[in-house]
Amino acid sequence: MSTEAPKGSVLVLGARSDIGLAVAHRFARQGYAIQLAARNCSSLAADCADIALRYGIAVTAHEFDVLATAGHEAFVAALPELPIIAVSAVGTMGKQDDNERDMAAAITDIRSNFEGPAIILAVLANHFVARGSGTLVGISSVAGLRGRATNYVYGSAKAGFTAFLSGLRNRLAKQGVHVVTVLPGFVDTRMTAGMDLPAKLTAQPAEVADAIAVAVSKQRNVIYVRWMWRYIMLIIRHIPEGIFKKMKI
Amino acid sequence: MKLSGWGRFPVSECRVEAVRCEADVLALIGKGDVIARGNGRAYGDSAANALCTIDMRRMNRMIAFDASSGQLTAESGALLGDVIDTFLPRGWFLSVTPGAKFVSLGGAIAADVHGKNHHKDGSFGSFVDWIEICGADGQVRRCSRTENADLFAWTLGGMGLTGVILRAAFRLRQVESGWIRQTLIPAVNLDAAMEIFEASQDATYSVAWIDCLARGRSQGRSLVMLGEHALAAELPRHRQSNPFDTGNRAKRSVPFDLPRMLLNSLTVEAFNDLYYWNGKRKAGQVLVDWDSYFYPLDALLQWNRIYGKRGFAQFQCVLPLEASKSGLTALLSAIADEGGGSFLAVLKRFGAQNGNISFPMPGYTLALDFPVSPRNLTLLEELDAIVLAHGGRFYLAKDSRMSRETFHRSEPRSDNFSKFRGNEDMQQHFRSAQSDRLGL
Repeated sequence: MSTEAPKGSVLVLGARSDIGLAVAHRFARQGYAIQLAARNCSSLAADCADIALRYGIAVTAHEFDVLATAGHEAFVAALPELPIIAVSAVGTMGKQDDNERDMAAAITDIRSNFEGPAIILAVLANHFVARGSGTLVGISSVAGLRGRATNYVYGSAKAGFTAFLSGLRNRLAKQGVHVVTVLPGFVDTRMTAGMDLPAKLTAQPAEVADAIAVAVSKQRNVIYVRWMWRYIMLIIRHIPEGIFKKMKI
Repeated sequence: MKLSGWGRFPVSECRVEAVRCEADVLALIGKGDVIARGNGRAYGDSAANALCTIDMRRMNRMIAFDASSGQLTAESGALLGDVIDTFLPRGWFLSVTPGAKFVSLGGAIAADVHGKNHHKDGSFGSFVDWIEICGADGQVRRCSRTENADLFAWTLGGMGLTGVILRAAFRLRQVESGWIRQTLIPAVNLDAAMEIFEASQDATYSVAWIDCLARGRSQGRSLVMLGEHALAAELPRHRQSNPFDTGNRAKRSVPFDLPRMLLNSLTVEAFNDLYYWNGKRKAGQVLVDWDSYFYPLDALLQWNRIYGKRGFAQFQCVLPLEASKSGLTALLSAIADEGGGSFLAVLKRFGAQNGNISFPMPGYTLALDFPVSPRNLTLLEELDAIVLAHGGRFYLAKDSRMSRETFHRSEPRSDNFSKFRGNEDMQQHFRSAQSDRLGL
């Protein structure tokens, strides 16, 4: 059980996701109180009990719908305390075929990967600026670095989110608030269940959480989780468009 | 996806479904046969089912802890190592632990794992108060010594073939420190080693590293290691204020598969010589941290790679007490004649048997591993025959290659197990590659 003085709270948005839960465990182990935010948050009771029992810290669950952007300000105001670190692990990855045929599905994917996470971090940013401290972590995706036929709806929303984080970091750099952009590459989660992912390029959720904790403490700006991804994406981004458009990747 | 146990042999193609809560499990029951898989630390094919292998690792929540009794309730995917990380700083340790901490709670129950204190405390199941298990009918039942007692007794050691273990409550033991007072006693041969074991029945922990390649008068030379949880007052002064802090042990990983040539009878013999003489020099009492004492191999992550790409086969048998000496002598002779080379060989005295199908029985257990090769697979069959001739049996958590006939000859208890499983409609619903191979 932690005997250190309370370190403040870490807010995890999208706390039911595998990465969100791993992040919660990682920061709880360091002695932070944890605020888990997700839809239907009463179903997180078992996770709250688990984290509280393991690390001897306070854990609270908060109802949060990332698409209900009008309620974001009220959501932050209702938290038991303003967190010192907020991590957005929100996101969906719809099927590309569905997104091509069903525009409502495409809109949901775009909103839940870009609009929703961007707005909640924007609200939190203003509170952090008023306090003069804090760290915002946005989990984006390498898919946002170049649109590909197989998932460009998801990818373009992530591209928007990545650009938003970059701008936010630029704006807040002189105001004591740090912004971390995470581009995890493949992760072994519910989102990727059933996909045949190469083991060497696929991180476990706990690895992503470790990378985030290090990035927060060292004030890193943009992180990849497994190092190979930095170079893979460097190559993919530099393929001339004339060739790229005919490729199947 | 391609799936294998920790021995990396055999490898099979399986559909894997990761579950996160009870509802996820229930959704997979009744649609064909399944087997639950914990952290994949059984060595062979116990936790592989081509149609549906249920990955329980994300169902790993701790539910409640009662500090008056030391009872911990947790989901079956929780790792024993996580239990130690959480509760050792509060003065609690596992009542029984196998030699690897990356084992799940469900796996520990399914294999009814044993530890270095088996002669005194019995197996993991002795400390399990109840288990909640999802049956073939999709119903979740609690079983214990008093409630659904049959189901409880067949689930301990039942290799996941009685249903999907969802949660369990088990008791931890109170300790004063994270240190073990280890006494190392060299034994010049098998007789001497067995004498030390028999004279050390009061020791909490006892285990021996045994040199399988020594011959003649040195056959069975061993280093017997006894251990006791150190009291806080027994620690050096500078450790007494923080008795559970043993520091972080450096973790190393085997980065790639080692070439097979590295392991041959010469290198293993040289290793064994060095290990024995070095141990002999260090005979006596020392304080060892819990991690190095119980889990010497876990510090080397992915140590299974030292046997190369083809993997390795584990062999662990137990021989009844009266047949132990002649049986062990025959086993050691066969191994030394072949010179097959196993440098991780362990000898241990077991105590009383519990459960209906658990592996341990009063007597001696010998555990070895061999790189997979046609020659070694033949040797393993020879060893099987020696064990059968001496009335012994085999540890299913380590088996990856035993024949159906050997299994049935070694396990008269399997008939009753099959009968029980048949009555409860389990045979159609819970199957593994191993249970198919062994005809369970």
